[in-house]
Amino acid sequence: MNESAPIRSIGAYVPMVDGPEKVSGRAKYTADLIQPQMLAGRIYRSPYAHAEILNVDTSAAAKVPGVKAIVTGADCARTFGVLPIARSEHPLARDKVRYKGEPVAAVAAIDEATAERAIRLIRMEVRELPAYFTAEAALAPDAVPIHDKKPGNIERDVLFELGSVAEGFAAADLVREAAYNCAEVCQNQMEMHAAVADYDALRDRITVHASTQVPYYVHLMLAQILDMDMSRIRVVKPFVGGGFGCRTECLNVELIAALLARRAGGAVRIMLSREDTFITHRGRPETDIRMKIGLTRAGKITAVECACTQRGGAHSGYGVVTILYSGSMLYAIYDLRNVKYIGKRVLTNTPPCGAFRGHGTVDVRFAFESLLDQMAAEMGLDPMAVRRANFLNAPTFTDNDLMVNSYGLPECIDWVERASGWKTRRGTLGRGKGLGFACSHYISGASKPVNWTGEPHATVKLKLDFDGSIVVLTGAADIGQGSSTVLVQAVAEVLGLDIGRVRIVSGDSDVVPKDNGSYSSRVTFIVGNAAIDAANKLKALLTAAAARKLEAEPGDIECLGEVYRAGAQDKGLTFEEVVAEALKDSGTITVTGTYSTIPESHGGRKYRGAAIGGTMGYSYSAQVVEVTVDEETGEVTVDRVWVAHDCGRALNRLTVEGQVQGSVWMGMGQAMSEEAGYHDGLLVTANMLDYRVPTIQDSPPIEVGIVESNDPHGPFGAKEAGEGSLAAFLPALTNAIADATGLRFNDLPVTPDRVFAAIEKRERTTSAKQSGAR
Amino acid sequence: MARILELTLNGRTRADAVPDNRLLLDYLRETVGLTGTKTGCDGGECGACTVLVDDRPTLSCLTLAAAVAGKRIDTIESLSHGGALSAVQRGFHEKLGSQCGYCTPGFIMASAGLLRRNPRPSEPEIRAALGSNICRCTGYVKIIEAVRHASDLLARGEAQSP
Repeated sequence: MNESAPIRSIGAYVPMVDGPEKVSGRAKYTADLIQPQMLAGRIYRSPYAHAEILNVDTSAAAKVPGVKAIVTGADCARTFGVLPIARSEHPLARDKVRYKGEPVAAVAAIDEATAERAIRLIRMEVRELPAYFTAEAALAPDAVPIHDKKPGNIERDVLFELGSVAEGFAAADLVREAAYNCAEVCQNQMEMHAAVADYDALRDRITVHASTQVPYYVHLMLAQILDMDMSRIRVVKPFVGGGFGCRTECLNVELIAALLARRAGGAVRIMLSREDTFITHRGRPETDIRMKIGLTRAGKITAVECACTQRGGAHSGYGVVTILYSGSMLYAIYDLRNVKYIGKRVLTNTPPCGAFRGHGTVDVRFAFESLLDQMAAEMGLDPMAVRRANFLNAPTFTDNDLMVNSYGLPECIDWVERASGWKTRRGTLGRGKGLGFACSHYISGASKPVNWTGEPHATVKLKLDFDGSIVVLTGAADIGQGSSTVLVQAVAEVLGLDIGRVRIVSGDSDVVPKDNGSYSSRVTFIVGNAAIDAANKLKALLTAAAARKLEAEPGDIECLGEVYRAGAQDKGLTFEEVVAEALKDSGTITVTGTYSTIPESHGGRKYRGAAIGGTMGYSYSAQVVEVTVDEETGEVTVDRVWVAHDCGRALNRLTVEGQVQGSVWMGMGQAMSEEAGYHDGLLVTANMLDYRVPTIQDSPPIEVGIVESNDPHGPFGAKEAGEGSLAAFLPALTNAIADATGLRFNDLPVTPDRVFAAIEKRERTTSAKQSGAR
Repeated sequence: MARILELTLNGRTRADAVPDNRLLLDYLRETVGLTGTKTGCDGGECGACTVLVDDRPTLSCLTLAAAVAGKRIDTIESLSHGGALSAVQRGFHEKLGSQCGYCTPGFIMASAGLLRRNPRPSEPEIRAALGSNICRCTGYVKIIEAVRHASDLLARGEAQSP
């Protein structure tokens, strides 16, 4: 009898399959792909925020010895953009520039110094136009349109009312309204943008290595911009040093590298500086929110009205989707009736915003959870009790038709309540100390892809050959979040094999199936399900081969991973023997697994754009933040964070913890120190000293509780883990500061300056009242 | 002007013709081809380019190659021996101190520098030693665990060098 048993890898702490490369310096990122004879590409950027281009003179630059190619807007009339309905951006500006730093021309030369010399000789003649750096200025009645097709500088207006807010507010015991402002923030991923484009003039083919989250979008946009047949393009994603959403669109850098490479007839590497990486932007827009909530004495929410204005920057990008998420994701966390949303996405002469981690949900969640906390305090209710009074009853559909099948928010709240000592410690910590609480949620992949083609949402191939190794072929982009690791685990789990037998090749369009990419936390859920489907198909082939060899029925075959047997007394066949038998049919085996979302997850039709927010499963998060506020300096220290995240099921506990900690911490940066600052439209915080990312010295211990609600559609029950915990930090922090000081901060980031000013103001008011009383 | 730069890089002596204005970072990456050392900012802000110069963590983006003539330079590529990961490399891999991996070489070299002078650092000492390296993925929680794990591996004799 054989003692073999299937090996389990799901639910364990599994270090990343590509970790050894990362810790040894062997991992190659785009800028590391150095080739002899490669040219250095540099970009000339607009010094004007808004202007008509009269002439771009590159004649002096062209005379610099060593310059091999120059391209300008005149070389490409086509436009690009992530949303098929909003492709308004030229890789190099034509006719008009719309923000300071917009690419205008580019040079490829024998080395960086030569390219830089040439760039400095480029001259631009323009007629300047009035420029608008705030949403308010761009919305002024006499403002010049930044894009001809967008009168009034409105990218998108959204308005819906489901139920009746008038009736809802009338039924409330307390109605409160407050204004919130969240500064623009940038992903600031550690790897600066880079692209290597290699044009093969003999065959008219191009290969582009890009630091992207979605190689497929880069492929589509290269075809669009180069006016080149897609079959002549190859896109490779090397190791990527973080994304957080700024690489979910094809960026101008990849397109400019390709235009230069084709003009030069060779290979061009563009490496952006940190400053230019900031200016390429695609961060979270500055957002103004007016939030109004009605609440009963029992803590039941009766109505919500939310007005949200986003300063989107100079191009559409994801803007339409962002402003829709901000409205639709008011739902799917609490049981809401009577909701009105007024969204406005505004075009301005600042770098284009995009899809930052927690896309569209974060700032609105901050406002909602802050106001709810304030109202709970006013009514003498426990903030956790208020959430508990408004739980969804899953499975259910929300008023805006979002499908909720699994709902671990109650357990998340229980966990942080217990872990933080909420009941016993709150209110007892002493002067300047406080505890704050808030919740958030996020989607596990947008249920409809951006480019609707009718294909499955994900396709994964497995290859098994004479050597007995299994290779996963996927277009899912590992950007550090561990997507390759989780797909390897999923395949190994189904087959009961050690993950050492499974290898993965991802992100080379010559080899792997197309994938919709790493955005909206879709990979584990959607690609994971496709990987499981593929592994089940492979297992069926192996089981059939084992049955044939053992002269048994396939239904009687037991798969023990390394052994297939026909019964408990059977010695069985080794994996190698089964593979040898299976190969007799076809030689090398390849199987294809797919996954498509179900129509019920596609959101609704009650208002234009109501599909945005639809997903197969929502993650949930609850957080408690403990702070100390130094009233002498205004400095806020986060002493500790407790966070519970409902990820359905933790396929890899190590990476789930890492993702949740990273999200919480990124929320901390936005809440406390990060802010894109402009002076006359120039991004003046475009470095890591002025754009204040928290250091290890500023960063608290973050204790993670994993809640497993086992989603019925999730891969092994899993949902997303990489975004949902970001948003709750922001209100949990300001709620903690309110607990510590009695002061409410509705504008982010909560810098020491702002805290100090508020404390001073309060003291002045108090002493004025006291002297008035005398 | 270029002159001959002699140094010991990852245990091997080298002599290269290097322009006077070439940064150590560009010398390592572009001249020698050791791309493990990363560029993460426009100069001195992020720590991704940290290497050891005579065991001292040093920002290679703020150091002229000419300034390290005759010195001993260690980069991330020097740490593994015979294919085995060093204590700090194991720490970062096994405890997920590395997600996207881009800041990782800088963190590992700063941590190796710390453990070479102080094999049993306290948490405040770890935080102080890594205070000028920025990571955008981890929130640093698992980086601290990684360095502690490395220190434990050394103390238990399960790894030979930091």
